[in-house]
Order: sequence, then C-alpha cells, then structure tokens
Amino acid sequence: MAIPNKPTGELLAARDPEVEEREVDILIVGGGMAACGSAFEVKKWSGDKKVLLCDKAAMERSGAVAQGLSAINTYIGENKPEDYVRMVRNDLMGLTRDDLVFDLGRHVDDSVHLFEEWGLPVWKKTADGKSIDGAKGLEMGTLKEGAAPVRTGKWQIMINGESYKCIVAEAAKKALGEENILERVFIVKLLLDANKDNTIAGAVGFSVRENKVYIIKCKAMMVACGGAVNIYMPRAQGEGKGRAWYPVWNSGSTYTMCAQVGAELTMMENRFTPARFKDGYGPVGAWFLLFKAKALNALGENYAASDFAKKELEKYAPYGLAAVTPTCLRNHLMLAEMKAGRGPIIMDTVTALAALGEKLDKKELKHLESEAWEDFLDMTCGQANLWCAQNCEPEKKNSEIMPTEPYLLGSHSGCCGIWVSGPDEDWVPDSYKWGYNRMTTVNGLFTAGDGVGASGHKFSSGSHAEGRISIKSLCKYVRDNADFAPAIKESTQELVDLTYQPIRLFLDNCKYTTAVDINPNYLKPAGFAMRLMKATNEYGAGWMTYYQTSDKALEILQGLFSDMHEDAEKLGAGDLHELMRCWEMKHRLWTVEAHCRHIYFRKESRYPGFYYKADFPGTDDENWFCFTNSKYDPATGEWTCKKEPYHKIIPDA
Amino acid sequence: MPSFVIDEKCDGCKGGEKTACMYICPNDLMVLDATAMKAYNQEPDQCWECFSCVKICPTQAIEVRGYSDFVPLGSSIMPMRGTEDVMWTCKFRNGTIKRFKFPIRTTPEGAANAYDDLQGKDLDSGLLSTEEAEGKTLAAPQT
Repeated sequence: MAIPNKPTGELLAARDPEVEEREVDILIVGGGMAACGSAFEVKKWSGDKKVLLCDKAAMERSGAVAQGLSAINTYIGENKPEDYVRMVRNDLMGLTRDDLVFDLGRHVDDSVHLFEEWGLPVWKKTADGKSIDGAKGLEMGTLKEGAAPVRTGKWQIMINGESYKCIVAEAAKKALGEENILERVFIVKLLLDANKDNTIAGAVGFSVRENKVYIIKCKAMMVACGGAVNIYMPRAQGEGKGRAWYPVWNSGSTYTMCAQVGAELTMMENRFTPARFKDGYGPVGAWFLLFKAKALNALGENYAASDFAKKELEKYAPYGLAAVTPTCLRNHLMLAEMKAGRGPIIMDTVTALAALGEKLDKKELKHLESEAWEDFLDMTCGQANLWCAQNCEPEKKNSEIMPTEPYLLGSHSGCCGIWVSGPDEDWVPDSYKWGYNRMTTVNGLFTAGDGVGASGHKFSSGSHAEGRISIKSLCKYVRDNADFAPAIKESTQELVDLTYQPIRLFLDNCKYTTAVDINPNYLKPAGFAMRLMKATNEYGAGWMTYYQTSDKALEILQGLFSDMHEDAEKLGAGDLHELMRCWEMKHRLWTVEAHCRHIYFRKESRYPGFYYKADFPGTDDENWFCFTNSKYDPATGEWTCKKEPYHKIIPDA
Repeated sequence: MPSFVIDEKCDGCKGGEKTACMYICPNDLMVLDATAMKAYNQEPDQCWECFSCVKICPTQAIEVRGYSDFVPLGSSIMPMRGTEDVMWTCKFRNGTIKRFKFPIRTTPEGAANAYDDLQGKDLDSGLLSTEEAEGKTLAAPQT
C-alpha cells in the first residue's frame, strides 16, 4: 500500500496560479437571493457600466434557497408595511431599524409578483376557503391581479417551491448576461483604495475549478454572501455535521470581509437558534401555523399555555405579551421545560391531523398528507428520509422538536449584520442615513439580505427585494462618483501570495510526514473547524451549556480566538476544494469572534432563548435599549464597541 | 445524509459538456475521478442533503444514504424531476412506500422575463425599475 502523503483531492493545487486581473465598475459578490435581486435590477440603472458577479457555487442552486422552500415568509399583500415593522420589531425584542424594515416592506411584494410571473407556483385560496396549488392555482389569477394566497400566518404564503432558486436565478442570469458572471469563484478579501480614505476599490478571490487567482478592481461593490453556519458545534458531529438548519456553506464571508475593511457591524450579538424537528431539522412553521399542532412537554402538557409560561412572558413585557410571542421567547419557554426535566418536547402531529381530518373527505385527507410531506420535501429533504427511516407517519406517530445550534444571520428571525444607511428621505433620522441607501460605513461598499443588520424577517423574498434596493442605490453612487479611479494598495504578487498561502505552506511541508493530514507545520481546515466549534460551544453559549455564557467564559474564549488567529495562518490546503475550506474557516473565525465580542459588550440578556448571560440575566431597557455597533480598524488592528441610539419611527399600534 | 454514486450507473457524464453533479453541488462536494470517469462525494460530512446532485444526474446514479449519526438504515427518498413536476418515492424502513407529486414550475424552462428592455428613468427615486414602469409612487410611513 502506498504511503498516503499526497493530496487527496481531484483538483490539485499548483504553487503558482495563473492571475486574471479585471476592471469593472460594479462587482456583485454572492449568488443567493439578494445577489439575484441585484443581478436582475442592476442593468436597469447602470447604463453602459461594466458589471461582474462572482458566486462560489452555481447560481441555479446556490445560497440558502438552493434546496427550495415551501413558503414565502414575507408577503405584505392586504397588510400594511407599518404593521410589518411592528411585527419585526417585537419579534426582535424592540430593537430594529424601522427605516430599513419599512423600506423593505414597501418593496417586497414587487419581487414576489415577479417570482410568480417567472413560474413559481403559488398556492391560492378559493372563495369557499379551499387551498389549491401549482398551475391550478394560477387559473384563479395571480397575486398581482388580486388572487388570494394561502396564508399560514399574517405574513407567510404557501408555495410549491422546489425550483424556487432555479427560477429566480434564471431571471437573474438572463438579466445580467452569462458573460458577466463568474461561477465557482470564491472572493476572499476586499481591498481598500490606495488614495481615497475608507473607500472600496476591489477584491481578490480564486477559482475552485482551476489554479487561477482573480484580482478585480471596481468602483463600487455589493457583498451579499449569506450568514454563518458551523460556527458552533452542531448537535450531530459525525456525518450529520452537514445537516445544518441554515446552509452549511454559509461561512460568514459577508460579515468578515466587510468588517476587515472597516465596515461597522451592528447587533452581532443576535443569533438564531431555531427550534426544529430533532436531528433532521425539518421546518415547524407549517405544523404550528397551517396544521395547528401543539408542542407538548413530557407530561403531555401544552406548556406554552401554562401559568408558568404566562408569568415568564410577563417578565419580558411588552414583547412577551404581544399577540405573537417573539421567537427567542418561544425558545426560552421550551428550554425552561427541558431544564426543569420536563423534556423532551414533542410536536403532537397525530392530534393535529386527526382534528383537521374530521372536516375532510378522503380525497382532501390525502391532499393534507401530501401537504405535510411537501413541507419537508420542498426544503429539507433529509427530514422526510428521517421520518421514513423511523417509520414515522405523522398521523400515527409524533416527533420530537428541539433547539438547534446557533446560527448568525440577518434575514430570518435574526438581526446581526452590517450597519448601513437607510433611505435618504425626510422621515429617516439623521443618524440612520448617509446618502446612499444600504451603503455600509465604507464608501462604495453595499450589502443586502443577511448582510444588513438590525432588521430581519426579510426571508427569501425580502432578501431579493433588498438586493434590488441596494443595487439601485449603488448605481446612484457610481454615477455620483464617476471620476473615481480605483487603485489597489497591494501589488499583484502580494495578493497572489496571500490567497495561495495555504497551498504553499502545504507544498513546503507535506513530504515531512508519512500521512498528509497530520503534520506539525500546518493544520487542515477540517480539524480547525472542530477546534473553533468546540471552543464556542463550551464558552460562547452553545447548546452544551443550554446557550448560557458569562463575561468570564467569554474572556477565556477570547484568549482561544487569539491563538486561533495565529493558527489560521497555518491552515494548509492540498487541493482547490481545501483552499476554499481554509478561507471559509478564516471567515468563520472572524465572524464568530465579532459575535462573542458583542455578547461581551452588551451587559444584559436581550434575547432569552437564543443566549443567556449568567452574570447579566434578563433585559435591561434602562441601559441597553440601544444598538451595539462594533468596528475593526484596518489601520490599527483594533476593535471598538459602542452604543448607537435607537429611534422609534413607527409608533406602537 | 450524504449523497453516494452508484458505480455501475455513473459514466462521468462523458457525453456531456460538464459533469452534472460537480457543476451543481452548492458545496463543491461532487468531483470527477477523471481516470475512472466516475464521480464521488469528496466530503460526506459537509453534505446538506439538498438533493441537487440527485435531481440533476442524467443516469440516476446518485442517491442518498442517511447520516450515520442518527438515521437508521433501510429507507430512501428519490425524486424524479421533470419540467413541471417533481415525483417523490419515499420508502420506509418497514417497506411502506408513499409517492407524492408536486408542481415545480408553471412556465417553460428559460421563459423567465428578465425585462431586458426596461430602462429605469429616475435614479434618484426610491422606486425599483418595475415599480417605476407601473407608475407606482413611493409610500412614506403613515404615523
């Protein structure tokens, strides 16, 4: 048997890659829903400007919607954007940017109407209250024409969304032109201008398919590459590591790359630890909202309606007393049961389906069963297989639910992200705007979707709309700065050396040992990932401590992060796939460090159920009813955190 | 729940212009062993079980086996994705089989309107291109 001291991948890395330098006006980084929104919209406003989009995967199936979705969670329809703001704000414990949320609310339906026009099947409600799907639903007319969607909640509508991303990407690619898209190119670092202070000038990345480094100069940039996953130890640590709730390839690139050039971050302490079906992480929304199922504790009690729960929610008034309980507080109630020994928590699918079945004939019952399975098959196929493997038919057998590991995102029920300007309109407070809607605090650097902090509840449709809002504003910036000639500080050689450093380190040392994965001179990204996730899980409020941490624990974690920053320079890659993994780990480290710095700074527990500070339990509105912003100074290498005032634009109802 | 490739069925997409699974995998897991002309999943513990490779494979050579951490053996779910519908066959560990068909698209592939001819007029307004074309006005909050 041969000694395994050679790289194992199929696309081996070369020491000296080819270099391709490009100069464009507008660079879009990412290919998910937000970036697709930008790609669709950009040419309507950019005139003769050159545009380029880089996606590390294939747009047809990239980003959080790659697998599909069974619902669109933000469709305003018959509701008012003002009420949408109130809902989002309450779900996120009172602290959101009303301007950004309202702005999104007034545009999101336009994107949903486009999706339906492009071919996305949207369920419709008949006059007698029946649900119909697909092409049949279209016979009733489109949403735009006024046909009624099937609402599960006030804001959510049901779709047949297996091909959701394929459809949205098709329109995006056609609008932008294939010649302006680079797939399988992973942008790893943004570059500041050599002459103009605090201004974006380009980015560097590499191909995951050939030994080639891309250095791209641009006048303005839209960065939208999702949130962060696998930054905390997942509950399943073998093969099941991949079964993350949010897409496992989201590596915090948005937050890290923007922070590294000095963009201010906001509310990075916020996280999302969704309660989902255990292990398979299938969605629970349709079960609670559409099928009206109840979650029971081990005693068979609907604990969310108990006196204990009511008292607990009163502690978090007014948020806890709203008609819809904030997501974190629903988790909080579940965790309270589990900690008191009244777990596991069971979703009572049997009773729910039986109750619905009483009103239905045989054909309708069959359709109901199909709806329940579609909810998984459209967006979490693996949960459907888990049910098959467990011989679980939901009308006969209940399933366990539990909170997952933490995720960082700004588009779902979470609000971490980047501090951006709101719309340049009279009703927007001065501290919320600096000329260009959705521009970060770095000139020419824009973001959308998971990238925009202090908002949330955009979901797929809102991220698409925000990508459109952001890119239009970017086009305005490009027009207003027509004379700007970007100049990159670093030399081509410096950028190539930086990007391919993990490859060189590997090639220089891999012959020293007899097995390629164990070497004292470098660390493989898979091992580094486990080290990062072990540390955050133990000290940074992972699931192993029931999401609890303290300042003392966070100080220890900060020490571990410092060592990891040094060792991140020792990541080694033998092939192009591994090079991608090395850079993803560098991005994850920065992002989760920012998260923990924010938790440390905020001396309260703003999101009970998402995380707890044992030394500062409960919310403290007197001192902490504000945003927390942080900034990394690229010149000095120092982080600073500060409070940023909140303004209530939309009054409570 | 990692994807796996059935040796006998995979021909490495030798007749096509690209290896389909390698082209589509959002996490860059599916790769082609060019010597054997067979594809494989190079990092099973990073598989999101999104089934993109299963759906795109022209020879139905790719299936998925549940994560060894928590999924008992013996079940399977298999999609057949057409242009309008997807048909799922769900096989339980105990042999029960359920089939479901769901619509996926109401227009022909490639028909999405990119509004190529639409040019925005007022770059300083807050309206999106299609909103502007429809003569919408920008709403301010009603407070």
